[in-house]
Parts: sequence; structure tokens; C-alpha cells
Amino acid sequence: MDNIIHKAATRGHADHGWLESYQTFSFAGYYNPERIRFGALRVLNDDRVEGGKGFGSHPHDNMEIISIPLEGSLVHEDNMGNKKVVGPGEVQVMSTGKGIFHSEYNNSLHHPVKFLQIWVFPNRLNVTPRYDQITRDPKKEHNQLQPIVSPAPADAGTWIYQDAWFSIGHFDKDRGVDYTLQKAGNGIYLFVIKGSFRLEEQLLSTRDGLGIADRKDIHLTAVEEGSELLVMDIPMHVKQY
Amino acid sequence: MLNNTDMATRLHILAVGREPAILEVVKRLINAHEGWAATTALTDAGALDAFQREHCPIVLVGAGVTEKEENALRGQLLAIDPHVTVIRHYGGGSGLLENEIYEILKTEQYG
Repeated sequence: MDNIIHKAATRGHADHGWLESYQTFSFAGYYNPERIRFGALRVLNDDRVEGGKGFGSHPHDNMEIISIPLEGSLVHEDNMGNKKVVGPGEVQVMSTGKGIFHSEYNNSLHHPVKFLQIWVFPNRLNVTPRYDQITRDPKKEHNQLQPIVSPAPADAGTWIYQDAWFSIGHFDKDRGVDYTLQKAGNGIYLFVIKGSFRLEEQLLSTRDGLGIADRKDIHLTAVEEGSELLVMDIPMHVKQY
Repeated sequence: MLNNTDMATRLHILAVGREPAILEVVKRLINAHEGWAATTALTDAGALDAFQREHCPIVLVGAGVTEKEENALRGQLLAIDPHVTVIRHYGGGSGLLENEIYEILKTEQYG
């Protein structure tokens, strides 16, 4: 099995006081040529923003940005007129396309917000920017993976401009987790949000990541009660525009 | 604002895009990096003018530029300087900008 393991402790780390970020892949001041991307998955940041703080208005283009709040909530505003609050149990998606300006602030003045910020290369350039937000159902995510992102607007969850599928679930101790690749040519990137899982001989602990490029099916086992897993089914070959 | 001495000693990077506000951010971020200096162009004609005026070993192509336009521009730039590196800049002046330039500098030496 040709795996790429990214242990939590080996991630990039930036502490700006108001923002603390652990970066699985190279980002901003963290540059590691061995950690640029996993296929179309380019950014996996594990961010913590202090109360009353946030990212002021700034631009993005041609990137699919998925944010998954873990604790606390964010206030999102953008130049398309959206003003939304996104919190735990929700997923935010921005297809930034030909360009968007947005801000993300902690919705609390006193408590930190923690969230995953995930960027995926798009499969087409310069689309009209779009914003979407969905509410997850924790019951459906208990002991099974529930789709939260797909390429198809008609499918469960929200969607992005890429042949990528994200699923999430939380599992009782010793429960098995099966996953089958959605599309030939994709790879699987596993990220442990909480707890730990075992995949064959590999133990994955909290915030560990594992990329698997050569398998169609995987079977994991939750090692701890309430272990939570994010599965990203990602194209391995990205068109170079 | 960089003075003439700064401009002479820094690595020049040409950023091309169709969105003025995003291009301004890209320019500011490049100029904030010690050793780099940005020139920007909103049109391909403007990019070619700037490229002929200044030696820009790296060209970033960003928001609003189509794949066809990018390929045509790349061909024209390479015809002027076969050593130029032209890449697609993703993210719009975000956390990827420095990384993209470092990736080029990893394999290319610019004096």
C-alpha cells in the first residue's frame, strides 16, 4: 500500500496570537517541498481564532474552499452580499472562481473558534463565484460515513467544481469503517478529527492525515469511543492550466 | 512603494489578471517580500509591454485569464525569453502565493 502519512506533530505551525494554524500542506510562511499537495487537495489547515478576531476582507480566486467548524462559529461576509454564521455541524463552501472578497470573523468575543480550512484545485477556471452552506445531521454520521461534499448539486451535502467527495462520521470504539473510492484515478485522504483509527498496521491519531493513492477500498477500525473521521476522495491528477 | 534601488536589486515578477482589486493585493504581497518586486498587467498587451520593458523571469497568470489566453501569452513570452517561467497563480494573493514562487525558485536560479 503506497501511503503518505502526515502525523499531526509534523505539520506546519503558525502562531500569530489571534490565529494559530496547523498546516498539513505548505501554506503562507510554511514551505516544505515534500508537502505541497495530495492530488487536487492543496490546503488542509487546522485553525484556531481568538474571540473577537478574524480574517479581514481579502480576495481569493480559482479555488474551491471548504470550511468545517469544529468549535464555536464564524461570521462570513462577502462581496456577493452574503452575511452568514457557520458553526459546528455545518459546512461552508466557496467556489471562488473569477474572484471573491470575503471576511471570516469569530462570532464570539470571548471564546475561540476552531475550524478546518480545506482548499481543492477546481476542475474549471473563472467560474462565477458561489457561496453555499449546509447543516449536517449528526445522527446520520453515527457509525457511518455521511457525504458532505460532492461534484453534483443533486447529491447529498454541498458541491464543488471538482470530482471530489468528502464524507464525515463519528464512531463507537471498535466499529469498522468501510470506504470505496468514488472514481477511478482518485485517491483517498483520511484526516482524523478526533480520537484514533487503525488501518491495517497504521495507527492514525487525532489530526493525523493519511493519503492513499493506490487503493479502491479501505477498511478502518475506530480505536477510541467517539472517534471522528473526515474522508476526502480526491483526483490525483490535476490539469495544469 | 519601492524606490529605484530596491527595484533594481529585487527579482521581478510579472502578475497578470483581469481583476484590478485582486491584482493590487497580489502586487502588495509580492512587494512585501524582501527580494521580490511586482509588476502587474490587466491585459495581455500590457503584459507583453511590461515584459519587454523589464526583465521578469517569473510570470504569474491569475483571475479572469482563460486557459486559451494563458497559453497564447505563454507562447508570446517564451518567444521573447525562452527562459521565462509562466505559471497559473491560484488563490488570489492568498497563502499560496509565496509557495508558488518558492516552487519555481527551487529549480531555477535567477541572478
